[in-house]
Amino acid sequence: MAEVHAEAVATAGKSLAPPVSEVGVLAWLKQNLFATWYDTLLTLLCLWLLWQVVPPFFQWALFNADFSGTSREDCTSGGACWVFIKARFWQFMYGFYPIDQRWRVNLAFLLLIAALLPLFLPRFRHKLALAAGSLVLYPIVAYCLFYGGMLGLPVVETALWGGLFLTLVIAGVGIVASLPLGILFALGRRSDMPIVRAMCITFIEVMRGVPLITILFMASVMLPLFLPPGVNFDKLLRALVGVALFSAAYMAEVVRGGLQAIPKGQYEAAQALGLSYWKMMGLIVLPQALRIVIPGIVNTFIGLFKDTTLVLIIGLFDLLGIVKAALTDASWIGYATEGYVFAGLCFWIFCFGMSRYSIYVERKLGGGRRR
Amino acid sequence: MAIKRERLGTAPASPPLWRDPRVRAIVYQILTLVGVVAFAAYIVHNTIDNLSRQGIASGFGFLRQPAGFAIPQTLIDYSELSSNGRVFWVGLLNTVLVAVIGIVLATILGFVIGLARLSSNWLIARLATVYVEVIRNIPVLLQILFWYFAVLQALPQPRDSIAFLGDLFFLNNRGFYTPEPVFEAGFGWVALVFLVALIAVVGLARWAKRRHDATGQPFHTVYLGLGLLVGLPLVTFVLAGAPLTFEHPEMGRFKLQGGLVLLPELVALTLALSTYTAAFIAEIVRAGILSVSHGQIEAAHALGLKHGQTLRFVVIPQALRVIIPPLTSQYLNLTKNSSLAVAIGYPDFVNVFTGIVLNQTGQAVEVIAMTMGVYLTLSLLTSALMNWYNQRRALVER
Amino acid sequence: MTGNGGDAPIIVLRGVHKWFGHFHVLKDINMDVWRGQKVVVCGPSGSGKSTMIRCINRLEEHERGHIVVDGIELTNDVKNIDATRREVGMVFQHFNLFPHLTALENLTLAPMWVRNMPKAEAEATGRRLLERVGIPEQADKYPGQLSGGQQQRVAIARALCMAPKIMLFDEPTSALDPEMIKEVLDVMIELAKEGMTMVCVTHEMGFARSVADLMVFMDRGEIVEQSPPSEFFKNPQSDRTKLFLSQILSH
Repeated sequence: MAEVHAEAVATAGKSLAPPVSEVGVLAWLKQNLFATWYDTLLTLLCLWLLWQVVPPFFQWALFNADFSGTSREDCTSGGACWVFIKARFWQFMYGFYPIDQRWRVNLAFLLLIAALLPLFLPRFRHKLALAAGSLVLYPIVAYCLFYGGMLGLPVVETALWGGLFLTLVIAGVGIVASLPLGILFALGRRSDMPIVRAMCITFIEVMRGVPLITILFMASVMLPLFLPPGVNFDKLLRALVGVALFSAAYMAEVVRGGLQAIPKGQYEAAQALGLSYWKMMGLIVLPQALRIVIPGIVNTFIGLFKDTTLVLIIGLFDLLGIVKAALTDASWIGYATEGYVFAGLCFWIFCFGMSRYSIYVERKLGGGRRR
Repeated sequence: MAIKRERLGTAPASPPLWRDPRVRAIVYQILTLVGVVAFAAYIVHNTIDNLSRQGIASGFGFLRQPAGFAIPQTLIDYSELSSNGRVFWVGLLNTVLVAVIGIVLATILGFVIGLARLSSNWLIARLATVYVEVIRNIPVLLQILFWYFAVLQALPQPRDSIAFLGDLFFLNNRGFYTPEPVFEAGFGWVALVFLVALIAVVGLARWAKRRHDATGQPFHTVYLGLGLLVGLPLVTFVLAGAPLTFEHPEMGRFKLQGGLVLLPELVALTLALSTYTAAFIAEIVRAGILSVSHGQIEAAHALGLKHGQTLRFVVIPQALRVIIPPLTSQYLNLTKNSSLAVAIGYPDFVNVFTGIVLNQTGQAVEVIAMTMGVYLTLSLLTSALMNWYNQRRALVER
Repeated sequence: MTGNGGDAPIIVLRGVHKWFGHFHVLKDINMDVWRGQKVVVCGPSGSGKSTMIRCINRLEEHERGHIVVDGIELTNDVKNIDATRREVGMVFQHFNLFPHLTALENLTLAPMWVRNMPKAEAEATGRRLLERVGIPEQADKYPGQLSGGQQQRVAIARALCMAPKIMLFDEPTSALDPEMIKEVLDVMIELAKEGMTMVCVTHEMGFARSVADLMVFMDRGEIVEQSPPSEFFKNPQSDRTKLFLSQILSH
C-alpha cells in the first residue's frame, strides 16, 4: 500500500496531455465522421451527394449567371438569368405603387425603424411607453402615408399596393392585431362565465380547425353579403380581417399555454392584495405568462408571415403573387426558377431571422436543458 | 369565551346587487349575449337582403343540380352531368388521397431526418439541420408553386415523352403514365392468402411473446413474419397462373392512351406537402427522443440491455408519448394545407367545391359552411382521438 | 484489506487514465477490490469519483491502463462489456427508474430480456427483492407515485434482480430529502452484511465508518489515500485528506 501511496504523491497535481488520437483535428474527424465502417460509408455517400449538387448549383446561380442587362436577350450564358429579377426588382418591392410616390413607403418604414430601435437598446428606460405609443400612433401615420388623401398626398388605391411592401403590411397588421385579440380570447377561454367561455372556445376551435384559405374565401366572398348594399369593403381590408382573426385564434392558444403555466399561488397572492381582475391580469399574470411563451409568440408570427402568401389566391399581389404574375409576362417566359428562388430567399431571410431572434430571447430568459 | 348560540347559523349578509360578483357575472354575460345576438341578427338580415337582391337561391337544392364541368382526376365515377353533390364527394376523395399519401411520405421522411439530426455523424447531422432550417422558413405555397412550375414544367410535351424501361413508363407534362394493372379472376385468391398471412403473422407474434414469458427464450418473429407475408401470396400467385396483366400506355396521335396516369399536379402537391411537413415532423421526433433523459439510457445499459433492447423498451415508449400529440397536429396541418391545391389546379375539395361550385351557383353561405364543416369534423375527430390516446398513455403520477 | 476474496481481486484498476477533451479527469488510478469487500470512495466534487466507478461498468471508457472485472478485461469488445454489465449492478444518484413501467416491471425487464428468464420466475424474484428492500406493497405502482426513498430502494432492488456479484453506488442518497436517507442506507447496510462486494461513492461518513472495509480518497483525478476507516478517520496521511475531512465532518 505504501508503494501505491508513494505513486499517488509523485504524480500529485501533474496533468498529462491526452493521447494524440483523442484530441485535435484527427480525433474530431475520427469521432464525428468515421467512427464506424457504417459511419464512414454514410459520410462518403453524403460527400458524393454534395459534390453532385453543390458545385452545379453555384455554377448555375453565380458563375454562369447573367447579372447585367435589361432584357431577355442579355441572358445568353445558360445559367441563372438574374436580369429578370433586376428588371422587375422595384415592382417586386413596391407592387404597382406609383413610382413618384414611393418615397412615402420608404418614409413610413424609416419611421418604423426609428420608433422601434430604442426598444432594442438595453438601457432605454421608457420602453413600455414607447411601445404603447407607437402601437397607437404608428398605424395612423402609416395609413396616411400609404393611402394618402390627406395633407395634400394623392390617394393610392390599395389595389396598387403589392410586392414585399404589401407582404409587410399584411404581416404587420396581422401581428399587431392578433396579439391583443389573442390575449383577450385566451382570457375569455379561461373565464368563469360560461357564455363568454363557450363563445371563445367556439371561435378558437373553428378558426384552428379550418384552413386559412377558407377563411380568406369567406372574407372575400361573404363579407360583402354581410354588409348593407352599397357599402363596399376594400379587398385588402377583407384579407386583413381574415388573417388577423385567424392568427388571433392561434395566438390565443399560445397565450393560454402561458397562462396555465403560472402557478395558482400567483393569482391568489394578487387577489389577496385586493387587485381587481384586470389589474391582476395586467400587472401580475400577463407579464409573466407572455414572457414564458415568447418563443411560441414568435413562432406564430413566423407562421403568419408565411401565410400572407395565401392572399395571392384571392387576387392580391403580395411578394409571391407579384413574382408569379411577372412570370406570365410574355417577355420573360421560362425563368420561373429564378423568380421562385428569389422570392424564397426573401421569405427565408425574414423567417430565419425571426426564428434566430426567438432562440436568442429564449436563451436570454434562461431556457436550457440539463442532461 | 363560548360563542353565543344565537350568533351561530346565520348566513352572512348578502351584498347589494350591484356589488355582488355573481350578479355582475350574469349581467355581463347577458349583455355579451345580447350584443352578439344583435350583431348576428344584423348580419343575417343584410345577407338575406343581399342574396335576394342578387337573385341567388338559398337552401341546399343546388346539390342536386348538374355540375357542368369536367374534373381531371376522379376516384369514383363522375361526368359533367353528375350533380354538385357528387362534386363534393369527388373533391373530398381527392383531398383524402393527397392527405394519405402526404402523411405517409412525410412521416417516413420526417423520422429519417429527425434521427439524422441526432446522429453522431457530424456531416449527416448538419445536412439534416440545413434541410430543416431551409424548408421550415419558406412558405408552403411557394414550395408548391416551385415544385409545380419550375420542376414539372421542365417535362416535355406528350409527343416527346421520356420513356422508361423500354416502353413501360412515360413521363411528360401531362403526367406520369404507368401500366394499369388488370386483375383477373384468380387474383382474389392471392388477396385472400395475403389476408390469411397477415392474421398468421399476428398470431405468430402473440405466440412468440407467450413463449418468451413462459420460458424466457426469445424468438425473432420479424424474419418468419416477412417470409410469410411475401412468400405465401407469391406462391399462390404463381399457382394461380399469374392472374395479373397490365394495360400499357400507348402513343396515340396526340397523347398517350390507356394505362394509369399520375397527374403532375398531384405529384407536385404531394411532394411539396411531404417535404414541408417532414421538416416539422423531424423537429418533433428530435424533441421527443431528446426528452428521454440520458440517465434512462445509462440505467438500461447498466442492467445489461443491448442497444436495440434499450431503444425498444426504454427510449421509444417514452419518446412516443412526447411525439404523438404534436405529430397528429402536423397531420392535420398537412390536410389543411392540401387546400392550397387551388393554386396549381389540382382538383381537391376546396378547388372543385368551394371554388368552382361556389362560383357557378353563387350560394356562398351554404358552400362555405359545408367546407368549414368538413374540415372542422376532421379536426375535432383528430382532437378527440388524441385526447383519448393521451389519457391512455399518460405517465401515472401521484 | 479484509475480505475473503479468493486468490485474485474481483476488480483491478491499473494505471487508468481518462481525459474529457483536454481535461485530465483520471490520473493513474490504481485500485484493487476483493470479493466481499466494501469500498467507499469520497472526495470533493470534480475529483473524478463518479467517473472512476462508471468506468468499472463501461458507462465511461478509460483511455489508458487496464480494468479487469471478475477476470474479464474491459476493452471495446462488446461481448466483454455485456458480460461485465450482467455481473455488475449500478445504483444512480437520480434513480433513473423507467417511468412508464411499474416497480415490478422495472425489476423484471432485464432478467427477462438479458438473462432470458421466464416471466413467472422473474416476477417471483422481483417480489422477493421488493420485500427485501421493504416495499413489497409498491410492486404495481409507477415510479411517479413513489417517494424518493422508495424509488431509490426500487432502483437497488432492480440492480439486485440481475444477481450481480458487484454493486456500484454513485452518490445514492445525494438527491434524497434528509428523512429518506436513512431508509436507503439501511438497505445498503443490510446488503453489506450479507457479503455483497460494494463500491460506493458517497458523502455519508457515518455509513462509511460503520460499513466500509476500505476508504479511498480522491482529489483532482487521483487517488490521494487508501486506508481502512480506522486509520483514515483518525490518522489521515495527506494534507488534502485532512482538509477534506475537516470540511465534511464539521457538521
